[in-house]
Amino acid sequence: MEVGQMQRQWIDYTRSLFIEGFLDAQFLQLEQLQDDNNPDFVVEVVSLFFQDSHKLLNDLTVALDQKSVDFKMVDAHVHQLKGSSSSIGAQRVKNCCIAFRNLCEEQNIDGCLKCLHQVKQECCLVKNKLETLFRLEQQIMAAGGSIPLMELSF
Amino acid sequence: MASTGSSSSSWSSSNWVMENAATPHVLAVDDNLIDRKLVEKLLRNSSCKVTTAENGPRALEFLGLTDSEQNAMNGRSKVNLVITDYCMPGMTGYELLKKIKESSSMKEVPVVIMSSENIPTRINQCLEEGAQMFMLKPLKQSDVKKLTCQLMN
Repeated sequence: MEVGQMQRQWIDYTRSLFIEGFLDAQFLQLEQLQDDNNPDFVVEVVSLFFQDSHKLLNDLTVALDQKSVDFKMVDAHVHQLKGSSSSIGAQRVKNCCIAFRNLCEEQNIDGCLKCLHQVKQECCLVKNKLETLFRLEQQIMAAGGSIPLMELSF
Repeated sequence: MASTGSSSSSWSSSNWVMENAATPHVLAVDDNLIDRKLVEKLLRNSSCKVTTAENGPRALEFLGLTDSEQNAMNGRSKVNLVITDYCMPGMTGYELLKKIKESSSMKEVPVVIMSSENIPTRINQCLEEGAQMFMLKPLKQSDVKKLTCQLMN
């Protein structure tokens, strides 16, 4: 596949991620922060997010498994996850966290467990999507092209 | 270290500007790893030197404001700006703000509070305690550029 085609594929794929709500404008902020001094900035931050969220999700699983659930602690973990997902533009994860916090406030265990399951799914989904996106970017760069950021019009 | 002239009237009653404004040194405090990385990059992109701290006590340590060192500094501040998250376990950003404003060596240094939650009482509380500005997360490049521009006059 030639560079132009790959770039068009990247544009279409990125657009779909926004339209489907996986990503929001904050992700574009991340992309714009990437420069020659930090050519892997987005990948680094996103990787950090998935490492961090993996740990948070484990902690949440343990916390919700206790005989007597400490909702303050659950809420603290969800607050962290909400913050990081918001900062990288992972919109669907963030929205899940917002619902999750409401359920924590209500001390609704079943609701929380359902939310936890949903958050795990959303993290998995957006992880796969971003990995696909980054692979596309690598292919474009390897073929000598550049990421057509400016062509994303919303 | 001469000041670079008076700041705009919207800025502060003490007319304080960042000393050594060529390369401002900013202390960024946030318990969230991703947010720390982000704010660091945003500040670096605005030509700032950045030190990060993951909580209030570490920040105070860096600033030389732990109880034992309280009066050891003779007026020279290590940083030109402190930007801190509000919600942190242990010491909140508000508590950190108070400690900085209560110190003799650091009380003139502008402190900016960041939060993901837009709660007016929280915002007012911080501004009344002397916070220069309250910023909503997630931070954007334009927010940080505006901030550093204003502070560098």
